[in-house]
Amino acid sequence: MAAFSCSLGRAFAAVSKPKHSLPSQINDRSSFISPSSQVPLKQSIIFRKTRSISPKTTKISCNLEASASSTSAKTFHGLCYVVGDNIDTDQIIPAEYLTLVPSNPDEYEKLGSYALIGLPSTYTTRFIEPNQMKTKYSIVIGGDNFGCGSSREHAPVALGAAGAVAVVAESYARIFFRNSVATGEIYPLESEVRICEECKTGDTVTIVLAESKLINHTTGKEYKLKPIGDAGPVIDAGGIFAYARKTGMIPSQAA
Amino acid sequence: MASSAFAPPSSSLISNTKDFGLSSAKCKRPAPRRIVSVMAPQQTQRTPATTGSVKTAMTMTEKILARASEKPSLVPGENAWVNVDILMTHDVCGPGSIGIFKREFGQNSKVWDREKVVIIPDHYIFTADERANRNVDILRDFCKEQDIKYFYDITDLSNFKVNPDYKGVCHIALAQEGHCRPGEVLLGTDSHTCTAGAFGQFATGIGNTDAGFVLGAGKILLKVPPTLRFVLDGEMPDYLLAKDLILQIIGEISVAGATYKAMEFVGSTVESLNMEERMTLCNMVVEAGGKNGVVPADSTTFKYLEGKTSLPYEPVYSDQSARFVSEYRFDVSKLEPLVAKPHSPDNRALARECKNVKIDRVYIGSCTGGKTEDFLAAAKVFLASGKKVKVPTFLVPATQKVWMDVYTMEVPGSGGKTCSQIFEEAGCDTPASPSCGACLGGPKDTYARMNEPQVCVSTTNRNFPGRMGNKEGQIYLASPYTAAASALTGYVTDPREFLQ
Repeated sequence: MAAFSCSLGRAFAAVSKPKHSLPSQINDRSSFISPSSQVPLKQSIIFRKTRSISPKTTKISCNLEASASSTSAKTFHGLCYVVGDNIDTDQIIPAEYLTLVPSNPDEYEKLGSYALIGLPSTYTTRFIEPNQMKTKYSIVIGGDNFGCGSSREHAPVALGAAGAVAVVAESYARIFFRNSVATGEIYPLESEVRICEECKTGDTVTIVLAESKLINHTTGKEYKLKPIGDAGPVIDAGGIFAYARKTGMIPSQAA
Repeated sequence: MASSAFAPPSSSLISNTKDFGLSSAKCKRPAPRRIVSVMAPQQTQRTPATTGSVKTAMTMTEKILARASEKPSLVPGENAWVNVDILMTHDVCGPGSIGIFKREFGQNSKVWDREKVVIIPDHYIFTADERANRNVDILRDFCKEQDIKYFYDITDLSNFKVNPDYKGVCHIALAQEGHCRPGEVLLGTDSHTCTAGAFGQFATGIGNTDAGFVLGAGKILLKVPPTLRFVLDGEMPDYLLAKDLILQIIGEISVAGATYKAMEFVGSTVESLNMEERMTLCNMVVEAGGKNGVVPADSTTFKYLEGKTSLPYEPVYSDQSARFVSEYRFDVSKLEPLVAKPHSPDNRALARECKNVKIDRVYIGSCTGGKTEDFLAAAKVFLASGKKVKVPTFLVPATQKVWMDVYTMEVPGSGGKTCSQIFEEAGCDTPASPSCGACLGGPKDTYARMNEPQVCVSTTNRNFPGRMGNKEGQIYLASPYTAAASALTGYVTDPREFLQ
């Protein structure tokens, strides 16, 4: 668990939103589906983020079957969408959609509907079907330098808003990685090998976060992932602000 | 293959570096407790840049961050809470950052320092897109409410000239308005914030959430990057520009070659560059994955800053025994004009080897290639040729000041003609309203947006698929010299065709 402290004085004490008004199970961003469940894929991947859009409302909806303890089994199960190297932020969310403001709930949803729309037409299977707002692929598998290019936070936000829960790439560009963690929108996981060459779009995969493992059920292969480390708890909590409040690390007055 | 004297990483001892000590710690706050990283991926196992024996020798990036975090020293890999001197945002990311700031700090919260937040609408300005226009209004409302000192507003979109406060492209405006100062920490909600490193400061791009945090707290948690050193020596040939130098470097190390690292540019060639050329160099650091770029401040820097800023500043310089991850040396006199072919900034090729590539248009603009020096360079080529362009040639000055320079500055050797006159005689499009323009596509009605699958030579910074609009568009990144030369022939062209 990261030791995260800062001397920010009274800044955070001014926050007016309710803290911890929800059961900790739901505050934790874990998927509770066990790998062996026979739940139809569509249901098992419907996992909404715990995301406070305004001080009063907290948008939560979880279609959960088995519900495990929030601190043990963290698994993501669903279909994967495979992309290549150097997927830059213009491909993840083209600039023309940046007029949408992510902190606005309606525009957040709209942003999600455009996730990965910038991929060239060589990607014949699209991340989101036409006339759909959400993706059926909860896991994106990429190659090197995922998220390179612009610093636009709209990139991880669009992926998260679309319904993705994790990206598994060989490596990341730093601003994209940082934005993913700060927003808590998706888990930016790293693979040890080039799994983008061994998985195909539509494969069923499970990620067991606690074991840093990805299982491709379609091919039967398992892959080691690099541990998410300190970034994990931040994303679990829902981003850097939520994490700082949840862990009680923000002093209520000047240190 | 571009010829360059490329030496393997050599020792890190550099001669002739000045060594300024750190200013004394301000001791305003109690020392922060030790922080463990929450931001970087585990896999970045960088070579340790220091050993016990050189604990206090630091690169200039390390020194800037140490001073800003009120610590006597820092080593790469360490995390530090860094005080921010300037936070910049624009119309695309500002509203989102403001939304997060208000959500997290409270609707009635005040920014940490109304003089350190610089808000610059520049991306989607001259458009009928209602959301884009609304985003500028959001910035205005916030600036009024917070009494933000530096807000470069625009209200009349039909004529940029009647908006006295409006500047244009944020990175150029920051420099022209004196917000870039040696030794400081400047953050911006834009990846090309690294441009400001040309002033010998730490400057990098951040997302909305980080910016929302800084708006309230005035600090940010950063991991200290190790530094790659690029030594550029030799006399700059008169057909080469800083754009060629950075394309050379990115082609060398790839789009991920500097990920999580600082890029330090030194050497006699760098010292000979003016500020705008240094900005071009640092601007594309992010295209190599770099965290920040730095050029040591010198008399060129100080002269530029005269009359622009009244705030005191103290430059810092890398220690003689500072450790660098690697050092790359280039003999600039041997380099040739380059392009980055579609679809990656590291897809380097010699301009002369692409002379059979037929093009449909040329774009000269953006923070990378739309500054006064860039237009002067393009004008030089058109002047040398005396002919007209063969393809539509779009000119988008970065800021109001650049636009005015284009219309008033005399081009050397032209007998008193301004850039604008030369452009007109060459048949270029009329210089457009200053903004980011079509560098990143933008709303569909953006001037010079690539709406068809065409081939474009551009002085901008990225050429990933769809960057300027159409997903099948082919963008060749180039210097203003190369762009102008290509406009004259209708093919990708080495500027030596006209400049020698």
